[in-house]
Amino acid sequence: MSTIVLYGVALGLFAFSFFKDKEKTKKALRKALAVMENIMPEFLVVILLVGILLAFMDPQLISSLIGVDSGMWGVFAALVVGSITLIPGFVAFPMASMLLQGGAGYMQIGAFVSSLMMVGVVTFPVEKRFFGTKFTILRNVLAFLFSIVVALAIGYVMGGAR
Amino acid sequence: MKKVLKRYRVFLGTLAFVGLLVLVNREVGLSALKTAGYTFKEMLLVIPPVFLILGLLDVWVPRELMVRYMGEGSGLKGIVLAIILGSAAAGPLYGAFPIASVFMKKGVKFTNILIFIGAWSTTKIPMFLFEVESLGARFAFTRLAVDIPGIIIIAWILSKLLSKSAVDEIYRRNEEMLAK
Repeated sequence: MSTIVLYGVALGLFAFSFFKDKEKTKKALRKALAVMENIMPEFLVVILLVGILLAFMDPQLISSLIGVDSGMWGVFAALVVGSITLIPGFVAFPMASMLLQGGAGYMQIGAFVSSLMMVGVVTFPVEKRFFGTKFTILRNVLAFLFSIVVALAIGYVMGGAR
Repeated sequence: MKKVLKRYRVFLGTLAFVGLLVLVNREVGLSALKTAGYTFKEMLLVIPPVFLILGLLDVWVPRELMVRYMGEGSGLKGIVLAIILGSAAAGPLYGAFPIASVFMKKGVKFTNILIFIGAWSTTKIPMFLFEVESLGARFAFTRLAVDIPGIIIIAWILSKLLSKSAVDEIYRRNEEMLAK
């Protein structure tokens, strides 16, 4: 769904650009390819890291970590799991919903969803290429801490950790 | 050739590790490869349009325009635009970095870059609708209500934690990357 939107926007802009000015469009394409090639090594590392991590953390392990009666430790585990994994939203939300039905608390799910989206440990190599090491560490630490706030707010509104 | 090997050395090292994993524990190793293959396919879908947009933005959008709307002194207008642009985005967080890179080259203020990344990471509209569907409106709206001020506060703290020279260095790095 979001991929279709992305392609729609990209192709629409491309068609417009091509119609307006072929030379500029060529320049844009060259630039796109140059930056893509430049960052490719980091992307390939991220791909392998995701594979390695998820091989050790299957859904059963995740649900046992943040499942029923996991309490505050569950919130912490959810934060850690969410931070180090990279799962696309269309897989993550149904998974979160399943975890809820399986007995996980709202607070844990809030921690999981928030850190999953905001903290990117495996994408560190890519973020570092654009922003440098210091920025990348600081941003991820702040996003991690903020996810605790999100978890508490969700827990408060939805009725706490089970 | 040597240069290529050097650039890809971390990748080759990680690949060797996965190979070792297959030898030590076949099941885990193969599962890692399978997930990597799946992720590769997904990135193959996401990366080309993101970089195409980057190239087109760089060529077409005049710097003065971005400076006026999102640069130093753009105030609330810049913040709101950063949130809207980030939220309208589609695709995972790693797609935000290349776009943020062009924004920096075009003179967008650092805190607005940070707000844009924050919005892209967590208040994307397509994802929000999906969240409502999976976890309920109460859950999704609570998260959104906390996230919007949160993103701005994180951007503010982050800009205070980094020195002027560190920020300049980040801008320089991205200008270089797009110089070709």
